[in-house]
Amino acid sequence: MNETTNPGEVYRTAVARGRTVLLVVAVVTLCMVGVAYAPLPDSGWRIALILGAAAVNAFIVAGHLMHLLQERHVVYFLLAFTVLFFVALMGLCIWAHGDVPKPGAVPAAKG
Amino acid sequence: MEIAYTVRPRPDTGVYNAKLGMWLFLASEVMLFGGLFSAYVFVRVGAPPDTWPHGWLSVPLGTLNTLLLASSAVTTFLAWAACRARRFDQFKLHMGLTLLLGTVFLGIKGYEYHDKWTHYEVRLKDGRIADGHLVKSRTTDEAVVLKGRWVEDRRELLDGRRAHGAHEEIRIAREQIERMQNYAPRHNTFLAIYFTLTGLHGLHVLGGLVVFAYLWGPGSRLWHLDPEHFTNRVEVAGLFWHFVDLIWIFLFPLLYLT
Repeated sequence: MNETTNPGEVYRTAVARGRTVLLVVAVVTLCMVGVAYAPLPDSGWRIALILGAAAVNAFIVAGHLMHLLQERHVVYFLLAFTVLFFVALMGLCIWAHGDVPKPGAVPAAKG
Repeated sequence: MEIAYTVRPRPDTGVYNAKLGMWLFLASEVMLFGGLFSAYVFVRVGAPPDTWPHGWLSVPLGTLNTLLLASSAVTTFLAWAACRARRFDQFKLHMGLTLLLGTVFLGIKGYEYHDKWTHYEVRLKDGRIADGHLVKSRTTDEAVVLKGRWVEDRRELLDGRRAHGAHEEIRIAREQIERMQNYAPRHNTFLAIYFTLTGLHGLHVLGGLVVFAYLWGPGSRLWHLDPEHFTNRVEVAGLFWHFVDLIWIFLFPLLYLT
């Protein structure tokens, strides 16, 4: 967050930012609900639009309220490492999902 | 002995220790919720066609809860900003509002849970299915009374978005019942993962409220001794609360809208 020496100014800036964030999140949430009820032909597109709107809300909250847009490098490094670790674990799951023995590849049980 | 770097940033990391500790904790939380979100995606993608429920949750209540939690995130942010501006009265006001909004959120969630817990699907020995809410006051040892409807096929229950007839009072003799099950986690995979995800999230909301109540009440004595240290505590607790809001931002569309 920008360092301002005047405490009154700090507070007024925060109030303005808070109002904007709340307004944008509310509008995006209502759009998301609207999309859920809209007569769209393909449900895949509908889900993508809804999750895209959720990502916008998440970006606003993380960027402005958690100050991630102006955070120290150590925090970015930590989060990047978390994302990397998560993607690797997801990759393992997806890889294991298709790792099913083919018929005939499993040796018959003895006895 | 004083704990180092609780107020001033560490020279090597650039942040004070509690903040770095909270970010490390949030990283572990990402893995926890990430695993559960992945489980949801895998279970849903792997579900046979036309077996996944839709419209089982109240969208108006979910939307209201989203707006409540977003408002509480903003009031938390303003409570921290008030501390930075040395306006303790405004901190008290905004933190009090956060507590109120968080409590209302949990109240609505509790109402939704109660609604599911008292909702029953009753399969009769002749093959018919009754679906509705238990009327506890009129249910006896001989008969179960539901406020609901009859369905011919169980698949009719899967899409809650479809309009169906008015609910009537249904009285079923107990000896006619083959199976009676409420909409609890054991009902099906959707409800199991719904209760797991929202239950864990609800516990996080409760935990956050306990910390905020401490900071608003007895913990606020620190303000008079070391306002900067107190401001940092509010910031760290706020980071946790914003994370809880972030989780809900994805839970709401996944469970209620898609």
